[in-house]
Amino acid sequence: MAEKVLKKGNEGIALGAIHCGCDGYFGYPITPQSEVMETLMEEKPWETTGMVVLQAESEIASINMVHGGACCGKKVMTSSSSPGLSLMCEGLSYLAASELPCVVVNVVRGGPGLGTIQPSQGDYYQAVKGGGHGDYKTIVLAPFSAQEMYDFVGLGFDLAFKYRIPVMMLTDGMIGQMMEKVELRPQQARLSDQEIVSRYGSWATTGKTSDRPKNAVTSLALESKVHEALNFKLQAKYAEITEHEVRFETLACEDAEYLLVAYGSVARICESAVEAARAQGIKLGLLRPITLFPFPNVEIQRMIPQLKGILSVELSAGQMVDDIRLAVEGKVPVHFYGRLGGMIPSPQEVLEACKAHYIK
Amino acid sequence: MALKGAITVDTEKCKGCSVCVVNCPTKTIALAKEVNNKGYNYAYMANPDTCTGCTNCAVVCPDTCITVYRVKT
Amino acid sequence: MIMDVKDIIKPENLVYKKNKVLTNNVMHYCPGCSHGTVHKLIAEVIDEMGIQDKTIGISPVGCAVFAYNYVDIDWQQAAHGRAPALATAIKRLCPDKYVFTYQGDGDLASIGTAEIMHACNRGENIVVIFINNAIYGMTGGQMAPTTLLGMVTSTTPYGRQADLNGYPLKITELIAQLEGTCYVTRQSVQNAAAARKTKKALRKAFENSNQSKGTSFVEVVSSCGSGWKLSPVQANIWMEENMFPYYPLGDLKDR
Repeated sequence: MAEKVLKKGNEGIALGAIHCGCDGYFGYPITPQSEVMETLMEEKPWETTGMVVLQAESEIASINMVHGGACCGKKVMTSSSSPGLSLMCEGLSYLAASELPCVVVNVVRGGPGLGTIQPSQGDYYQAVKGGGHGDYKTIVLAPFSAQEMYDFVGLGFDLAFKYRIPVMMLTDGMIGQMMEKVELRPQQARLSDQEIVSRYGSWATTGKTSDRPKNAVTSLALESKVHEALNFKLQAKYAEITEHEVRFETLACEDAEYLLVAYGSVARICESAVEAARAQGIKLGLLRPITLFPFPNVEIQRMIPQLKGILSVELSAGQMVDDIRLAVEGKVPVHFYGRLGGMIPSPQEVLEACKAHYIK
Repeated sequence: MALKGAITVDTEKCKGCSVCVVNCPTKTIALAKEVNNKGYNYAYMANPDTCTGCTNCAVVCPDTCITVYRVKT
Repeated sequence: MIMDVKDIIKPENLVYKKNKVLTNNVMHYCPGCSHGTVHKLIAEVIDEMGIQDKTIGISPVGCAVFAYNYVDIDWQQAAHGRAPALATAIKRLCPDKYVFTYQGDGDLASIGTAEIMHACNRGENIVVIFINNAIYGMTGGQMAPTTLLGMVTSTTPYGRQADLNGYPLKITELIAQLEGTCYVTRQSVQNAAAARKTKKALRKAFENSNQSKGTSFVEVVSSCGSGWKLSPVQANIWMEENMFPYYPLGDLKDR
């Protein structure tokens, strides 16, 4: 029987990294995610699995260390919080353009600016629309429990290597700091150098041997034709991911007339709101996107005939609501309810907002 | 015993920078009046008799266009 | 007896030819550019040490971004200034590899100052090759952190002035102060003797990197004829007369 432990979400990320056979973590302290690196330093995985853990001089250095490791075909990751992610955006653009696999965790805090260390979902646009320069995307996973914080590191690496793409875990200080039961998985071995050569030797910098041409991992293509072709290749990859990798969960959606759409920490509050609504005889359901890119458009569209209204509930000024509106194309009313600056709505407030818009 | 040398120049790669010319201790090398396909006056062995095969020209050549041969006479 | 050239140009008399770790690609650099010479020396060191399959280079942003087209090893191309961060991760994840960064003065001494300082201070077992030609070449001749006082560039059209632009940065002297570095040297490649010394320095740096001694840092004071608006030969003379007094050649640290 699998071991169960009581862990903070951030600690879950650290343990998830070790247990999935991660080769390297590079990070810089920032609240509310510092426990990730602190836990790794305490666990000393370099003595057990051989995993490298290094405190970098900045988030810029962290993401570029991830770049260096990813080029070698290694499972490498970093974690930070909003201002740190802003600094990493150039690096993320390079990683995406160079088609490099990695996991980047954003334990979001309230912005803009230095903002607050309290939870927020204000980095949704930055995460799902690219964030850095150019036409690129990252797969975005939105965990809503300590268990998912633990599980999604391994899932993130699986997706990252399957598609050669950076995977972002978009979470917030509420999930990061909350202690919950986490069921641990068996330790997965790190890949050997030989295994890396046989799996990723066609592109990774594993050392140029006489049996293959040199591998040069670059995002530079000065010729317009070549660069357009690279962009088309990336777009084709994003289309493939959109087709195959959408993940979501639903609650009480079978007969729902009204739908809450919420991810991460707020989805937990919305679960309680759905329960309260059902107790009052209101047919309310919840759709929780687990992947924010790719977004569960198709599932939302499938529900259109049964719905009288959708409420996007977010810890932001209204960001994901845009993607919902794009999905329904005006066929169903879509409204937004959100709190900002670290304020957390209660289930009652969510339900009242829903009633105010739809059940007069 | 004296050293006797000779060089060959990859004239299409040569950009006529003259760094080999000024580094040749025996004034063996000069730039040709003719140009290559890129329009550069390429380096050539203007005074074959004086070359000692010291390799200085090849060592400093930024485009690695020079190959050096040497015999003891 | 005067020998005929045809009798000398024979395989058995070969004393210098292009190294096989250097590709056959024609370099995109301007005539006389120091980059080509340094690339060649790196390739020769890699070949002579027999480490082609164990060496990973990181190319910068700047003229040398295309270094990966010329030296036949695995390469990574870094964002501007970040090569030491990439190198740090590679060496720590793959300690049996020889890892080097190749960076210009804008890349290493301006935008990438934090990354180079901290990589050197951590004593990463990497080689740093620093090309200092006191100007931004690729973007068209703007002021670099190492541009000399009075030097005219496209962003200091009346010459660099200390009160407006600050002083030319002797970053190699700063690097030599860091405990993490084991070997810090300043060399050049404008003549054969200098190029041979640079090659020796590169060899020592590469050898250091697999002996857990810390970071080896090789600056090569270089010319940029196009940026300096001088012919290649004049540029080398200008470099000797103006750059060397401010950036004196020789070892700053060797332990």
